[in-house]
Amino acid sequence: MKGIITVIGKDSVGIIAKICTYLAEKNMNILDISQTIISGYFNMMMIVDASGNLNEFENTVEELKKIGEEIGVDIRLQSEEIFNSMHRI
Amino acid sequence: MISRYEVFETNKMIQEANLDVRTITMGINLLDCADSDINKLNDKIYDKITRNAANLVSVGEDISKEFGVPIVNKRISVTPISLVGGTIDTTGFVSIAKTLDKAAKEVGVNFIGGYSALVQKGSTKGDINLVRSIPEALTVTERVCSSVNVGTSKNGINMNAVKKMGEIIKEMAFMTKDKGSIACAKFVVFCNAVGDNPFMAGAFHGVGERDLVINVGVSGPGVVKRALENVRGADFETLCETVKRTAFKITRVGQLVAQETSKRMGIPFGIIDLSLAPTPAVGDSIAEIFNEMGLERAGAPGTTAALAILNDNVKKGGIMASSYVGGLSGAFIPVSEDHGMIEAAEMGALTLEKLEAMTCVCSVGLDMIAIPGSTSAETISGIIADEMAIGMINNKTTAVRIIPVIGKEVGDSVEFGGLLGYAPIMPVNKYSCEAFIKRGGRIPAPVHSFKN
Repeated sequence: MKGIITVIGKDSVGIIAKICTYLAEKNMNILDISQTIISGYFNMMMIVDASGNLNEFENTVEELKKIGEEIGVDIRLQSEEIFNSMHRI
Repeated sequence: MISRYEVFETNKMIQEANLDVRTITMGINLLDCADSDINKLNDKIYDKITRNAANLVSVGEDISKEFGVPIVNKRISVTPISLVGGTIDTTGFVSIAKTLDKAAKEVGVNFIGGYSALVQKGSTKGDINLVRSIPEALTVTERVCSSVNVGTSKNGINMNAVKKMGEIIKEMAFMTKDKGSIACAKFVVFCNAVGDNPFMAGAFHGVGERDLVINVGVSGPGVVKRALENVRGADFETLCETVKRTAFKITRVGQLVAQETSKRMGIPFGIIDLSLAPTPAVGDSIAEIFNEMGLERAGAPGTTAALAILNDNVKKGGIMASSYVGGLSGAFIPVSEDHGMIEAAEMGALTLEKLEAMTCVCSVGLDMIAIPGSTSAETISGIIADEMAIGMINNKTTAVRIIPVIGKEVGDSVEFGGLLGYAPIMPVNKYSCEAFIKRGGRIPAPVHSFKN
């Protein structure tokens, strides 16, 4: 199963580093990553392989949210399925 | 692969436009619980509900986390209780209502529907006892919802039942007069009721349904409003296309949640109800969609046409997005649950008569309307009869959920709290229909019902 991580918030040093370190600990491989900064706002989307921690997916959602709160950005992890359902026939 | 634009579009819908799955409703057949011993009957009902719906709430919460979309309500609908308790007396029925309430609290759902009777052509002893017990049942319970079907396009309208409905609505209004006559907000009178509706207060598990089923109600008036902001001033073709595309996207989320719930609970998926259901929150309103379409206020000339466009295109977009569509499917127009409708009613832009006209083209009917507590039972029956006639003649579901708020008059308002919202007391036509309602008997089936 693939997960989509989105990060939105004020730019600062080490946002990607923090998230990537966490993902490595959780054995989640990053398949795709893209990032821009629009007028000081950090905007990132990541596609990750979540097959390694299927049973913990809901926990991971919560933990990433907490990491986001610590560094002052909004981090969401969602199953890719919701986007496929909405945008692909 | 999914593009960044698509991901952010979906998340914007969720975070800024209140996209949510309004309800996962589990239908439970209780016919196999029937027993002439009221204690055994209550035990069987409690066991069957708590056993089968034990993890409904936690499954809903897990799915909500995994997809990052709110699932607002988890609910249960059961077989119309008049069929389950055919031999039970009025006091016995109230004890069943208490059992349902207790079971709902045990599994953590916020409403349980199906304290219902289907009396479109006549009443059995069970129906009569259940109907008599409704005012007390809705007063002593918190989460139980009740409905009575009094007419169909195939059978006509049972006017004896319509008369009785006016009386019990007044009775339950009095019994809960200290709480804004709240019992009336948990009671719906239907014409052409459907057995797979996941929305309260009118949900029940129909007799043609299987033992257990998962039905899902989607919502998202805020998403439609946002989409229409981008096509201001465009023609009706563009307007309709925009509603259709948006409804498609919203429904796909509902379909995904329904399939996932069904898989995780091991219970078959029934239907998706494609309804736009407002909440009192700003940005989650049907009236705001009317404003965006170009009407100064809900109720202005053009409102019925606007609602017809909305309703039809929500269906057109939603039908392709789901494998099974059912329930009520359309736009709900509950006055107290929609801040734009409340404002329109307060300033006199929206009247009871205009709402009645709007119900000819929307998914249900006169919903969550507060009227003066002094309104007579016959007048309430007259309002119900009008609404049932619209449903019968137009082959559609119509309903009345009206609250005569005891001690309040036009100019006052009433607070129901939570999703039920608050409402100004709306004026009712002062002229009497007493002699008409007192005739009794049945209105025969309309001519277009003879299709065989």
